Amino acid sequence: MSLHELSAIGPLLTLTSVILIQMMVIAFARNLKVTVIISCVGLLLTLLAFNPVLPMMPVAVTPLLSVDGYSVFFSGLIIVAALAVTMMGYDYFKDRGVNQDEFFLLLLLATLGALVLVSSTHFASFILGLELLGVSLYTMMSYPIKGVLTLEAALKYLILSGVSSAFILFGTALLYAANGTLNFESDIESGGLYLAGGTTLVLAGILFKLSVVPFHMWTPDVYEGAPAPATAFIATVSKGAIFAVLLRFFADSGLYLLETVMSGLVLVAIASILVGNLLALRQDSVKRILAYSSIAHLGYLMVAFIAAGLSGGRDLATEAAGYFLFAYFVTTTGAFGIVTILSISSPDKDISNLSDYQGLFWRRPVLALAFTLMLLSLAGIPLTIGFIGKFYIFASGVSMTLWLLIAVVILGSGIGLFYYLRIIFTMTQRIETSGEIHIPVTAGSVMLTLSGTLLLFGVYPAPLISLIRNLVL
Amino acid sequence: ALDLFLFFFFWEVMLIPMYFLIAIWGHERKAYAAMKFFLFTQISGLLMLVSILGLVFTAAGPLGGFSFSYFDLVGIPIDSTVAWYLMLGFFIAFVVKLPGFPFHTWLPDAHTQAPTAASVLLAGILLKTGAYGLIRFTVPLFPEASLDISQPAMLLGAVGVVYGAVLAFAQDDFKRLVAYSSVSHMGFVLIGVYAWRELTLQGAVMQMVAHGLSTAALFMIAGALQHRLHTRAMSEMGGLWVKMPRMGAIAMFFIVASLGMPGLGNFVGEFLVLLGTFEVNMPITILAAVGLITAAIYSLEAMQKAFQGEPAPSLDVQDFGARDVSVLGLVMAGLLILGIYPQPVFDMVEPALSSLYSLTNTGQPWVGALQ
Repeated sequence: MSLHELSAIGPLLTLTSVILIQMMVIAFARNLKVTVIISCVGLLLTLLAFNPVLPMMPVAVTPLLSVDGYSVFFSGLIIVAALAVTMMGYDYFKDRGVNQDEFFLLLLLATLGALVLVSSTHFASFILGLELLGVSLYTMMSYPIKGVLTLEAALKYLILSGVSSAFILFGTALLYAANGTLNFESDIESGGLYLAGGTTLVLAGILFKLSVVPFHMWTPDVYEGAPAPATAFIATVSKGAIFAVLLRFFADSGLYLLETVMSGLVLVAIASILVGNLLALRQDSVKRILAYSSIAHLGYLMVAFIAAGLSGGRDLATEAAGYFLFAYFVTTTGAFGIVTILSISSPDKDISNLSDYQGLFWRRPVLALAFTLMLLSLAGIPLTIGFIGKFYIFASGVSMTLWLLIAVVILGSGIGLFYYLRIIFTMTQRIETSGEIHIPVTAGSVMLTLSGTLLLFGVYPAPLISLIRNLVL
Repeated sequence: ALDLFLFFFFWEVMLIPMYFLIAIWGHERKAYAAMKFFLFTQISGLLMLVSILGLVFTAAGPLGGFSFSYFDLVGIPIDSTVAWYLMLGFFIAFVVKLPGFPFHTWLPDAHTQAPTAASVLLAGILLKTGAYGLIRFTVPLFPEASLDISQPAMLLGAVGVVYGAVLAFAQDDFKRLVAYSSVSHMGFVLIGVYAWRELTLQGAVMQMVAHGLSTAALFMIAGALQHRLHTRAMSEMGGLWVKMPRMGAIAMFFIVASLGMPGLGNFVGEFLVLLGTFEVNMPITILAAVGLITAAIYSLEAMQKAFQGEPAPSLDVQDFGARDVSVLGLVMAGLLILGIYPQPVFDMVEPALSSLYSLTNTGQPWVGALQ
């Protein structure tokens, strides 16, 4: 590899060195604060390492990776999300017992896997990144093991994720048989059954990770059992990275032309939106509500994905997906961040029951206001970034005249409003409660930044839109 | 807002504070009422969003690019089936807001359960945005499709007038009665808009202004009653005039305004709407004119049950103070001026209405402001 290519993957190399340094430090002088500082500084350095990359994009670094505007945008998003989760996780894990440092190490490893995923153009790097992300997540999910729920969540995710990885590998093998290469290119005409079968299997594995129907059953249990920072990470980074690679896979390979696959995806989108929204209606646990809402959100994202496949729709749909994912990252990290902050004082179980949120407006108005903003953004109410994201989804659907999908999105949004407003209403109820809620500085500042971003890009989306247009398209 | 995106943006933003107002400070069924209000208006708003996007994308061809600007989108030739569906999206959103029968069901709950101030805002302002949207957007953007829907829409308006009045008469809850009277009055506005003549449009605007004043005042009185008596049920009221003569007199004024007494603003609005609609569609005019009678019935019934008759002996309530009288006195003055000298209002809206009217090429000339 030439120096040119090495500097193109500079961020990946930076992150790897940070991981190694952190591992050494944990081994020799274990100190949670130092670990977290190394994490944060390392992630910032990785972000800075993108600077020399920008003028020389796009660069193909071996057939495995391609560093272009698309991967830079998603990499930036992933790193910032990881940074936010790290900072919130510090306050969460601070007083939870000994040996919490490995969580942050695993977080960095998972981030590295995600970064590899978004730049991959070859099945080898795809599976590498996927497994790195997945295996790190298995352990993050069960950190620290306190009670049956966490163990159940971790095992469920481990086993199902392993099965989905097996599907992906089998699908990759079939695609190799069809194409003769592990690159993301395919020849639709001559592919035949190997191509269709391989695509379906790979898609099944990917859709599992994206937690869409009918591969969604693990989501509520895993989200509920995992510690809140890990849930925030898996809900944002894992899904975002996998969607990025899915979009690139389908776009580069021309697999959009497979009619049966596309109709299957339409069914998946409709089912996800409806199932996600309907099943959240009866939930009493905030984390489960957020889990089902993330199923529904991935359903909305699938609408943009389908629109990207139709002729003439690629640009608007990719822009829509980029903005919607950005909005989704901000809101989901924020929502789980609130759960994290509230759960800091409860070392046994996360504060997730709806009754614990009653009267939050009167106890901690700023916190409740932040949560309200996140929920309104998830619902797609204007003034928030979520509205612009949902507007983009509508725009890409209407431009490609996907009327059935649009009708389902409207229906789903309407149903979704009910449970989002129910949480907000619970927070406004006045009750007599005791219990001091302490908001630590780092976590609080992260929440403020996220809320500010939410409002800023809700009323002034132009800079973000031009950023996405320049990088992604 | 003359940019469709901005209009939609703030259309939705309107809903959030109102939801919080009802949900936090409302009465017994505030959760139900707030949720119902938000769901109805939000979902209909999403239908409007799809229509806006559809319009923008359809217009992108002729315009050569995307534009949300009202002036760019107004004259665009659109295929008639497409225009029909797009118009329906706008129509449903505004008729839910107006509220027009049969999409009015959120209004009684929202108005009754909202605190006084929120009811005043809701009745005085939010309902008018629906009418505004119909006049400004639905008809000028889709003239042919609006023509197709005009007869059914006027029928809905007329039915709403009578239906709202009949249900108002059936209420025991004072605020709910006023809420249903709102449905009835806004029916006149719906008829006025879809008759689309200069008389009816000016009548609709006048009805909007006068109704905003009179119904807001009635809600204030209802709030005052609830504050003093801790009940809204008219079966528990009676003879309040004896104890509270000032409130009684002021209430009498607004009840009379609500039923459309000549000399006050509501009469001007209703009369103009009926006068103009007479040449467009006579049966609907007759049906709506029945509403004048029914308005008198429920208004006077409310007055009688609450303020007249024998008071309960143990009743000890405070009359209106100087502050209440001065506030409501201003509103009374406003209604009187609107009723006796409405010309300034007509002069103010005439340029806007005539330009909107000319955008639609009905073949009837705009006669000019009423002289």
